[in-house]
Amino acid sequence: MQSPDPLAAPAATADPSPPLLDVAGFSKSFAGFVALDGVNFTLRHGEIHALLGENGAGKSTLIKAMTGVVQRDGGTLHLEGEEIAPRSAAEALKAGIATVYQEVNLAPNLSVAQNLFLGRQPTRFGLVREREMRRRAEALLYEFGLAIDVGAPLESYSVAIQHIVAIARAVDQSARVLILDEPTASLDAHEVEVLFAVMRQLTARGIGIVFVTHFLDQVYAVCDRITVLRNGRLAGTAPIAALPRIELVKLMLGRELSRATSARPMASAASVEPPVAVFEGYGKAGYVAPFDLSLHAGHVVGLAGLLGSGRTETVRLVFGAEKADCGTARAGEGAVAVGSPREAMRLGFGYCPEERKTEGIVAELSVRENIVLALQARRGPLRPLSRREQDEIAAKFIRLLDIRPPDPSRPIGLLSGGNQQKALLARWLATVPRLLILDEPTRGIDVGAHAEIIKLIRDLCAEGMAMLVVSSELEELVTYADEVVVLRDRAHVARLRGEEISVPSILAAIAEAPASAALPA
Amino acid sequence: MRVNGLARRLPSIGTSQIVALLVILAANWIVSPQFFDIRMQDGRLFGSLIDVLNRGAPVALLSIGMVLVIAMRGIDLSVGAVMAICGAIAASLADSHALPVVLAAALGAGLACGLWNGFLVAVLGIQPIVATLILMVAGRGIAQLITEGRIVTFTSPDLAFLGGGSVLGLPTPVVLTLGMLVLTLLIVRGTALCLMIEATGGNPRAAALAGIGTKLITVAVYMWSGLCAALAGIVASADILGADANNAGLWLELDAILAVVIGGTSLFGGRFSIILAVVGALIIQAMNTGILLSGFPPETNLVVKAVVVLTVLLAQSPRLGGYFAGLPFNRPKP
Repeated sequence: MQSPDPLAAPAATADPSPPLLDVAGFSKSFAGFVALDGVNFTLRHGEIHALLGENGAGKSTLIKAMTGVVQRDGGTLHLEGEEIAPRSAAEALKAGIATVYQEVNLAPNLSVAQNLFLGRQPTRFGLVREREMRRRAEALLYEFGLAIDVGAPLESYSVAIQHIVAIARAVDQSARVLILDEPTASLDAHEVEVLFAVMRQLTARGIGIVFVTHFLDQVYAVCDRITVLRNGRLAGTAPIAALPRIELVKLMLGRELSRATSARPMASAASVEPPVAVFEGYGKAGYVAPFDLSLHAGHVVGLAGLLGSGRTETVRLVFGAEKADCGTARAGEGAVAVGSPREAMRLGFGYCPEERKTEGIVAELSVRENIVLALQARRGPLRPLSRREQDEIAAKFIRLLDIRPPDPSRPIGLLSGGNQQKALLARWLATVPRLLILDEPTRGIDVGAHAEIIKLIRDLCAEGMAMLVVSSELEELVTYADEVVVLRDRAHVARLRGEEISVPSILAAIAEAPASAALPA
Repeated sequence: MRVNGLARRLPSIGTSQIVALLVILAANWIVSPQFFDIRMQDGRLFGSLIDVLNRGAPVALLSIGMVLVIAMRGIDLSVGAVMAICGAIAASLADSHALPVVLAAALGAGLACGLWNGFLVAVLGIQPIVATLILMVAGRGIAQLITEGRIVTFTSPDLAFLGGGSVLGLPTPVVLTLGMLVLTLLIVRGTALCLMIEATGGNPRAAALAGIGTKLITVAVYMWSGLCAALAGIVASADILGADANNAGLWLELDAILAVVIGGTSLFGGRFSIILAVVGALIIQAMNTGILLSGFPPETNLVVKAVVVLTVLLAQSPRLGGYFAGLPFNRPKP
């Protein structure tokens, strides 16, 4: 690893008073799966501390263990030097730890004032003192720079204001530690600024803030220190100045810059072939910024970026699972509309989603039925595949992809993740697609199946299929991609081709500060 | 392997429903020894067993449509009200128009009701239970508007034949139900609709991403349920030679849902069986008839029904099945 000094815990030397919040050796497993493994975490008075990590790194488990939503298996929790053991979110709040989630947990139909004082309304003789409550609500929000009508229902205000109301409610209940779980995910740039101003103001009062986000720019804009989790372990803690972007990305993804890239296949001359599909200025407001993308036969385009950077959003637009609100799509001869998966399928597109269980498999149906589903959908209900045709297709792909156990009548939900993934690939291969879109094709499957699926991607590409692959496995991506598009903060920010493709170059592009990236607004 | 697989599957395909029906029929035979007597009179079969089939026809018809809706993760609470609307239309037109016109109007109204439900669910995205509740409440009002608040009677022998006549000895409602059952089976099992409905019910997002036109199928399924309800309404009107907008089909939507659930189709959608839903309807009717024959006060009907239903559902419960997993013929699922 790199020089250890930025990662060493400086608390002992720098600050003699006990930290605001001290988490020591937190562990938690769920049915054999280790979600947290001896994690340490400290929060000081008046600091904004970013808590980062990829999907499944253990961020949410850590937050839930700190606030008593889940009971930890081991470890201690000290708040201002005093040991506490909250057993529920309510107890944590009473102790002084408040959490505001991405989805604001307030009653949207009640007024702002009612939300602020829900459960603790000022009363006289058991009756709520409406006017007093409104006066106090106005005074409270004024501290946060909000002068709004507190009698209006909460839902009539923007998400940013709802967040600030939730924060104000938490702070007013004498919270000393504020945990913000992805508060900015649905905010626009201006709203983010308003929220940041509120956060900075709170730190001036000595409140410590834990800030969970996927947006690296925001981390560098507002945070003092960073803690990175990876696979349930502490990957490192450092002051913001000691951890440049590239080091941060490496910490999050667990990569070493020095690691050599695997040999690239020869740069193919495929770009001379006519494109299977071309997207120009394609995008959707608030979803993913407009991008250009052209997909050629026998050509693999990889999409790289951190979680939430807009990779899945891009492929969902391409497949019509979300409707684009700007740009044009061309497939073959002329302009086409890709407004639904059905239309995409008719154009010869296929899509294996990242969420296998919720968007891919139909768990109670058999492997055979799952495999023929897309082909049958394309033929329409009136031209059913006979049972014999279904059996032949299923048998063919079970043999070809080595799906185990090789029993087409078994409910697909009983198969392992890797075999489910193969069956989903088979579902689209049965339609003989011209463009195959794979979102994290190797996530959550065992090593053997990994290798098989990568080999399959190469073989399909060699047979002339166009492919668009989202992957967090950069080492894998560089071995099969002819072009890698790098995304950050829901925009396509870099395009690497041929020789330029390597793990370090992708990491560098992911970590690059936005000022240097030529970004159309 | 093959035999074991078959043995494991056997209980899941209708054994418990068939056994339940046989047990109830046997119980009926005990309380009323003439239960299985069937005689021929004026070219029509008579007897308690025929009565079960005949009386059970409306709920059986409703359950044919309902099972498809439920397989799609939906529910159709409006079928009882649709029965009332279509029965009222048929009764009002019966004496002034020819039978084909009467049938076309009533069945068309049923399809229109289904289209409305399907539109609310598939296009506007309203939860099925709320969407169909609208027509459940409003439909009875519409039926009362059609009959102008009266009980409309008619004398047309053509329409009356659909309720009281017989074909080859069997009561016409039974023949109509059989016809609808066969037609539905042909359409659903003869095409790929069966797979598409099960996939959509099992995982709607996955089905849509696989390119299945889930909205269109949703609308079609609600329309089919409306059509089945219309036919049930016609039969009910033809049976009493009139239309009673207040009581026609009252609460039958609940019997139809019950029949589907007894037939082993999950309210969470997915795998379904049309035939077992009809068997479920017959179980309900056999119970009703049995209680009447037994001489028990009819007030006990609902309580007995609840106990029997609970028994059938428990027999299907996988969790309860788990308690018997140690038995030699039961192997734990791999």
